[in-house]
Amino acid sequence: MRTAIKLAYRNLIGAGLRTWLNVIVLSFSFVVIIWMKGILVGWDHQAKNDMIRWEIGGGQYWHKAYDPFDQFTLAEAHAALPAAFQTEIENGNLVPVLIAQGTIYPEGRMQSILIKGIDPGQNLLALPTQKLDTTPDAIPAIIGENMARTNKLKIGDRTTLRWRDAHGTFDASEICITAIFSTNVPTVDVAQVWIPLENMRSMLLMPGEATLLTIRNPETIRSGPGDWKLMTVNDLVADLEAMIKTKSVGQSIFYTILLLLALLAVFDTQVLSIFRRQKEIGTYVALGYTQREVVWLFTIEGAMHAVLAAVLAAAYGLPFLIWQARTGWKLPIETGDYGFAIAQTLYPVYSAGLVISTTLIVMLATAVVSYWPSRRIAKMNPTEALRGKLQ
Amino acid sequence: MEHPPIIQIEHLTKSFPMGKASFTALTGISLNFGKGEFAGFIGPSGSGKTTLLNIIGSLDVPTSGEVLVLGNSIGGLTARQAARLRKENLGFIFQSYNLLAVHTVFENVEFPLLLLNYAASERRRMVMDALEWVGLTDKIKSKPPQLSGGECQRVAIARAMVKKPSLVLADEPTANLDAANSHNILQTMVKLNRELNTTFLFATHDDKVIGYLRRKVYLLDGKIDKDEVFPN
Repeated sequence: MRTAIKLAYRNLIGAGLRTWLNVIVLSFSFVVIIWMKGILVGWDHQAKNDMIRWEIGGGQYWHKAYDPFDQFTLAEAHAALPAAFQTEIENGNLVPVLIAQGTIYPEGRMQSILIKGIDPGQNLLALPTQKLDTTPDAIPAIIGENMARTNKLKIGDRTTLRWRDAHGTFDASEICITAIFSTNVPTVDVAQVWIPLENMRSMLLMPGEATLLTIRNPETIRSGPGDWKLMTVNDLVADLEAMIKTKSVGQSIFYTILLLLALLAVFDTQVLSIFRRQKEIGTYVALGYTQREVVWLFTIEGAMHAVLAAVLAAAYGLPFLIWQARTGWKLPIETGDYGFAIAQTLYPVYSAGLVISTTLIVMLATAVVSYWPSRRIAKMNPTEALRGKLQ
Repeated sequence: MEHPPIIQIEHLTKSFPMGKASFTALTGISLNFGKGEFAGFIGPSGSGKTTLLNIIGSLDVPTSGEVLVLGNSIGGLTARQAARLRKENLGFIFQSYNLLAVHTVFENVEFPLLLLNYAASERRRMVMDALEWVGLTDKIKSKPPQLSGGECQRVAIARAMVKKPSLVLADEPTANLDAANSHNILQTMVKLNRELNTTFLFATHDDKVIGYLRRKVYLLDGKIDKDEVFPN
C-alpha cells in the first residue's frame, strides 16, 4: 500500500501539467461546495436567530383559530388570556400580541395591513416597542423599513388607520409613526403596523384579549390551556427550514455539475492513461506486480488527484473562506421583498462536519471514477501490454 | 551439464487462438538451463523466441508441457505466485527499455526494491551499486527522455540487476542500439554474469549478441533447430 501510494505520487507529480489541470478543477469543487454549503448554513443560523430575536422568541402560544396564512381567521382568532398566563405576563416572560386586519391611507392610497398590538414595555423581542409610549395626540405606531419604503412613510408621518371592532363596526383613527426599525424578518415588517396593546384592545373592543403569546424561555414551555395551542421554535421555523432545504437542492445541482466536470476530467485522464501507458502497465507486471495491484495503483493515482486538490484548495480556499466568513456575501439584489428571513449580507458558517463530509464525498467520487476505467487493466494480456499493443 | 538446472522445459507447446483456428508458436521444446549460463534463443522473427522467454518469465503460460523455473511450475502458478516469482527472482531487459518515463534514473532502478520492501538506506546503497556496475552514477537525477538509447538500456540493466536476481531475461536488448553501445552493454552483462553468477537468457537475432553467447539455442518455426554450447 505504501509503495503504491509512493509510486502513484511520483507518477502524478511526474505527469506535470496534466495532473495540475485536473487538480485545479477539482480544487474549485472543494472550495465552491464548502462555500455554498457554508452560505446555506450561515443563512439558516442567521434566519433562525433573527426570527427568534424579532418574532418567535422561545416559542409561542397561538389561539386555536389563528392561521398566519389565512387572514380571515383573525376575526375569530382571539380570546381573553387565561389566568394561568397572568403571572408570566406580569413577569415579562410571556408577551401577548393581538392581531387584526386594517387599512391605512398613506398619501391617499389604500393599503391593507395587519395591525399588531403589543405591550410597549416588553423586552423579549427586538422590536423597539418603547417608542410606542411617546405620542399623546394620535395612536403611536412603529413600522419596519420595508413597510416604510413601500408606503413612503417616515418618522413623524401621520395617516389614517381603519379597522373593524369585535362587533364588525368600522372605525378609524390617526396613527403617528414614532419609529422605523430595520429587520431581516419580513413577517414583522411587510404590511404591518405595531401599536400599543391596550390601544388596540380598546379599539377592537377586546379587553384582556390576544391572538398569540410569545414565550421568553423555551425551557418553561408546556402545553397551552384551553383555546391556546403551543408552537415550539421548531414548529415555527419549519417553513423556513423547508425553504432552505429547497434552496439547498437547487444549489446541490449547481455544485454537482461542477463536481461532475472535475470528475469527468479525472475519468478522461484515467481512460487516456490506460491506453497511453500500456507499456508501463506491462512493465509493472514484469517487475512483479499482479494486474490487480496495477489496477489498485492506477486507482490510487486517480484518487490522489483529490488529495492534491484538497491541499491546493486549502492553500487558496482557506484564506478565501475565512475572508468570506468575516466580510460576508452581500446579495446583489434587494432582499427586503423576498418574503422570508434573509439578510442583505450572508455570513457563511463552516463546520468541521461540512469540511470533512465534503472532502470525503469528493475523494470517494474521485476514487470511483478512477477505479472504473482502471478495471480494464485486469483483463490485459501483459505480453501485449509490454509491447505497447492496443488491446 | 556443469551448472545445477534452474530452468527445466519438457515438451513445451504454445498455441494462440486466431479466430476459430489457432497458431502454434512453440512445439515440443525440451531444454534445461543451469545457474550462471549466458545463453540465448536465436532465430528469425516469428520463430518463437520471445514467446519462450515470456513463458520462462511467467508472463505467459504453456498450452501443454512443463516449464519449471527455480522449482516453480509456470503453468500451475496463480497470478500472485507468478508475480512473486518475477518480483523476487527474475530481471527483465526489453528491446525498448520500458523505463518509467516520469521517474528519475534512481527511481527507475529503485522500483524493484520498493516492491521488495527494502529499507530506504538499503535501497539507496543497492541502487548506487547497480548504477556503479553500469557506469551511470552521475545520471541519478536524469529522467529517461534526457538519456541516450545506450544510457537507457544501461538503466534497464541496472534495474534488472539491482535485486541480484537468479535469472535475467533479455529480449532483443541491443535492437535499438548502435554497435559501440551494443558491445558496451553486452560487456557489462558478461561482467555481471561472471561476478554475480546470474543466469542470462537472451532472445535475439543480432550477430553482436550472438557473438557473446556461450550457449546458442537456434529456433525455427517454433522448434529447436540447434543447441550449441561453447566453452568459456
